[in-house]
Amino acid sequence: MNKPKFVYVTYIRTTPEKLWAALTNPQTIKKYWFGMTVETDFKVGSPWRPKFEDGRAADTGEILESDPPRQLVIRWRNEFKPELKAEGYSRCTMAIEMADYYPDVGGKAVKLTVMHELEGEGAKFIEAVSGGWPKVLSNLKSLLETGDVAFRVEAA
Amino acid sequence: MVEIAKFKPNTVYVTYIAATPEQVWQALTDPAFTRQYIFGFALEIEPRVGGAFKLLTADGSTHVKGEVLDLSPPRRLSCTWGVKGMQDFGELPDCVVTYEIETSGETMKLTLTESRSWDVPSAILAGGRAGWPKIISGLKSVVETGKRLRMAMEGPPPGMIEAAQRAIAEKPWERR
Repeated sequence: MNKPKFVYVTYIRTTPEKLWAALTNPQTIKKYWFGMTVETDFKVGSPWRPKFEDGRAADTGEILESDPPRQLVIRWRNEFKPELKAEGYSRCTMAIEMADYYPDVGGKAVKLTVMHELEGEGAKFIEAVSGGWPKVLSNLKSLLETGDVAFRVEAA
Repeated sequence: MVEIAKFKPNTVYVTYIAATPEQVWQALTDPAFTRQYIFGFALEIEPRVGGAFKLLTADGSTHVKGEVLDLSPPRRLSCTWGVKGMQDFGELPDCVVTYEIETSGETMKLTLTESRSWDVPSAILAGGRAGWPKIISGLKSVVETGKRLRMAMEGPPPGMIEAAQRAIAEKPWERR
């Protein structure tokens, strides 16, 4: 039986180094993750604690792997919705690969795969991140390609 | 005639685009745009329900062929979709591909859905699941930046050809 999981792939005109920086720089994260403040140094074993703009804890967890500019793995539990927190910890893997390079058209695509898997059983947490990740990653892609996000307020 | 009620979504891919619904609609239906993000394929569409829908390669041969099921600019485009340009998949039943454009706060939400009428093995779905993120990422780049994000179409993922051959031999879609 497979664990409940969500996978999202996006291709971005950038470099692995710039994408890694965007995934690990708190100022940049705040721009594309709708104002979320992330407190962590992104070192293995360090705590990871995103907070809403009003200071409430959104999630808590720990950095499990940090291999710049290739792979970041975070152990992750929701903190602000009791029914999601009750499903316990998840494991979020962000993997960066070079896709294709076409110098003739200035095309340079980096593949970002986000795989978010629940450690235990349950469907609500994965359903929630399935709605959230496309918004956050669409914003990240826009920010890297155009210098601005697609939207600042997370729509329902 | 396609019995649309039999089709269930197998693959859903959502992206948000800083554009108007009309701009996204144009990118979906104008061959000058589709060439830039669907691996060089030009879309040819008869803009009416029941009209023909094709994706043509640069030399004019048909890669994908289908029929328009819904054409509601700038909100919804739905077509049957049969891959004719790869001999291993030509005898699989057509799937249904639907694009939906919704306003979502300050931005546009584009939802791509690939649906099938039969209990399709994930090894067959893997082809679309590898291709759609490239296509839709490319569409977003073209619309937002005016520049294409050129990417190569990958060959079929491991196990896909075998799964398609097995399905074509056993025809599970004819079972009741």
